[in-house]
Amino acid sequence: MMDTFVMRHLPALLIAVPLFAAFLMPIVGNAGRVARNAWVLLGALATSAVGLALAWKVLATGTVLYVFGAAAAHLPLPMDSGGIPIRIVFQVDALSALMVVIASLSSLGITIYSLAAESRQSGLETFYAMLFLLVAGVLGMVSTGDLFNFFVFLEISSLAGAALVAYRVDNGVAVEAGLKYALLSTLGALAVLTAIGILVGQYDALNLATLASRLQFTTLDKIALVLLAVPLAMKCGAVPMHFWTPDAYTTAPSSVTAFLVVSSQASLYGLFRILFTLYGHLLQFSWATFGWFLIVVGVLSMFVGVTMAIPQKDVKRLMAYHAVSQTGYMLLGVGVGLAVLGNADALATYGRTAMAGGLFHIINHAMYKGLLFLTAGAVFYRAGTRNLNKLGGLGHDMPWTMVFFMIGALAIAGVPPFNGFASKLLIYESVFRFSPFLSIVAMIVSILTLASFVKVFHSMFLGPRRAEFAAVREVPAPMLAGMALLAVFVVAAGLAPRPFVDHLIQPAVDALVDRAGYIAAILGGS
Amino acid sequence: MNLFQTLQTGAGAWNPLLWLVALAVALGVALAIRSRGRKDFREGAGRKPFISGNEEPANGGGHVPASNLYWGFLESLKSYYVRVVPLHTGVPTDYVAWLLGVMALMLVVALTV
Amino acid sequence: MSSRLLLAMPYFTVVVLIVLGLAVMLSKRNLVKILMGLSLMESAVNLFLVATGYRHDGVAPIYTNVPAGPMVLPTVQALTLTSIVIGVATSAMLLSFAMVIYKKYGTTDIQKIKKLKG
Repeated sequence: MMDTFVMRHLPALLIAVPLFAAFLMPIVGNAGRVARNAWVLLGALATSAVGLALAWKVLATGTVLYVFGAAAAHLPLPMDSGGIPIRIVFQVDALSALMVVIASLSSLGITIYSLAAESRQSGLETFYAMLFLLVAGVLGMVSTGDLFNFFVFLEISSLAGAALVAYRVDNGVAVEAGLKYALLSTLGALAVLTAIGILVGQYDALNLATLASRLQFTTLDKIALVLLAVPLAMKCGAVPMHFWTPDAYTTAPSSVTAFLVVSSQASLYGLFRILFTLYGHLLQFSWATFGWFLIVVGVLSMFVGVTMAIPQKDVKRLMAYHAVSQTGYMLLGVGVGLAVLGNADALATYGRTAMAGGLFHIINHAMYKGLLFLTAGAVFYRAGTRNLNKLGGLGHDMPWTMVFFMIGALAIAGVPPFNGFASKLLIYESVFRFSPFLSIVAMIVSILTLASFVKVFHSMFLGPRRAEFAAVREVPAPMLAGMALLAVFVVAAGLAPRPFVDHLIQPAVDALVDRAGYIAAILGGS
Repeated sequence: MNLFQTLQTGAGAWNPLLWLVALAVALGVALAIRSRGRKDFREGAGRKPFISGNEEPANGGGHVPASNLYWGFLESLKSYYVRVVPLHTGVPTDYVAWLLGVMALMLVVALTV
Repeated sequence: MSSRLLLAMPYFTVVVLIVLGLAVMLSKRNLVKILMGLSLMESAVNLFLVATGYRHDGVAPIYTNVPAGPMVLPTVQALTLTSIVIGVATSAMLLSFAMVIYKKYGTTDIQKIKKLKG
């Protein structure tokens, strides 16, 4: 089983399957609605199966290397290359595996949901082709071990994401959001490309591990670090570069919004990878400075995000500001880990716990925020408006949507026993030892989050039946199934957090801290 | 493998099962109190909900719109909101300027420390 | 000395182009001009990539009738080709967005493209 053809080529299939599904979509779409939906479902199932199998293999046997075009896919150094990995290498370690799990689960849920939610729209072949491209871009970003390859996948996910945001023109408003997203993404990607040029010009390598082993932290390297880190922080929606997030998340179709969250988190992965694997543990590298960069933008994101969310009237815009706010928790947790990276004592006592909390929050956030966006989409699908002032009394006719919304809302507010609580608890108690003030801010933000979702719950579901929503009934079964998939994870990770932390999160933390191990996996030695 | 092991945070611990037990106990207490209520109560005919002695508004009139919630919170933080909300101008050029500004700031920080 | 100046010329051009592109993006109000500024910066970055790949007296790595001397490792040239292709795709998409916005909003003034705010 371990050595079948499929198992050996999992990293290649991870990209090939969604790309194949995307590029055949326009052809299959000609064969009619049933064929198209079957193809979409098949593509999503196959992508998730490959992703989960790859993650399982990584967690069971350690880092998986895949060298494209080589005779032996697991040997990164060809005999005649003089010790340089000259081919594109996929290096899937435990951290990548965590991100692959997130993308697999989320993409399956949203695809099932979109089969019903998008059925009234036209141009669905293009829509699904773009969706699969977005999935391929995200999966590529988190599993590649090559800096330029990372840039290419970043651009693929940005382009597909922007096209999907603008997909429903919506009198130009959606296109406006797509324009803002594409403009910022392109500018950010240009900065990333410049940084790649600086690094290649100095060290003649594109492979992350090789670059990490050669890095000297010259002035040019410092410039390259800023050119890499700031655009990636912008792409994950950190304040004060978050302005595109509410615009894009509001206007995109709900299923796409749920996956744009995952796409943002892939940028977060890139940011952590650059800071820890490429630059971390360099003697000259100032951990504290960049740790505090993450902490400051994290706290700003948490606070500004949640306070901007409270007065919103559009339910998806409100949730988008909460996405900014929750990203702050991840930045805070991992930032504390980076700030104490040079201090072995502090790292062991609370630094690793803080990072575990931050990384656990990534997967939790992808699930409950995805779920919340899907419930908002379900309400919009039936009621036809996202304006909280006009909604009301939907709980009578949409009981399942209401239950799913409650699960998501309680999870995002960090109410036990849902998954948001488990990761927030890890963050609170470890960050408190680093700086009590930061921990208290994090708790206040959680309270405001709960307050804000009480408002949404009251406005959408409570109250007597409204005459204008007399025709409203529960959404179709595929939409409920997509939401249920994410809700099951939210409840499971809340009731039994320990298996997730032990077998998924802790290996990811180890992978992030163990820079030498990442380099040794490619270059050998230790 | 025990699925419901306690989660250690270094300073504290968290076990969801204990929480569920506590929830069950609280539910039991609530049901016990409820069972002591009047058995002869029936809904409908002549009975109205008690809203501080006021009549019940007809056809959803009692539903408070979302904008009216947290009015006091927004009013007390007005000096914060009048500064932060206008920053979200919606103009793409401003978004680009913020990105470049943060990048320039971090360049200065990275090159000086 | 003059040959060192000549070698620095491409980098000098890159800086000038990037500054020009940024200035256009931040100062112009016409959406199409802003996209032109972005395109200008794209070209600057491509030029930068190619410039880092220059080796004095290097030979192109084409093995037919190869003259003596060191060969150039063509990594950055390959990167530039990829980056040009990506640039075309982003430019096409952004320009089509500009077209739709002009159709729906009746303006290309970027200060007026702000229905989503707050």
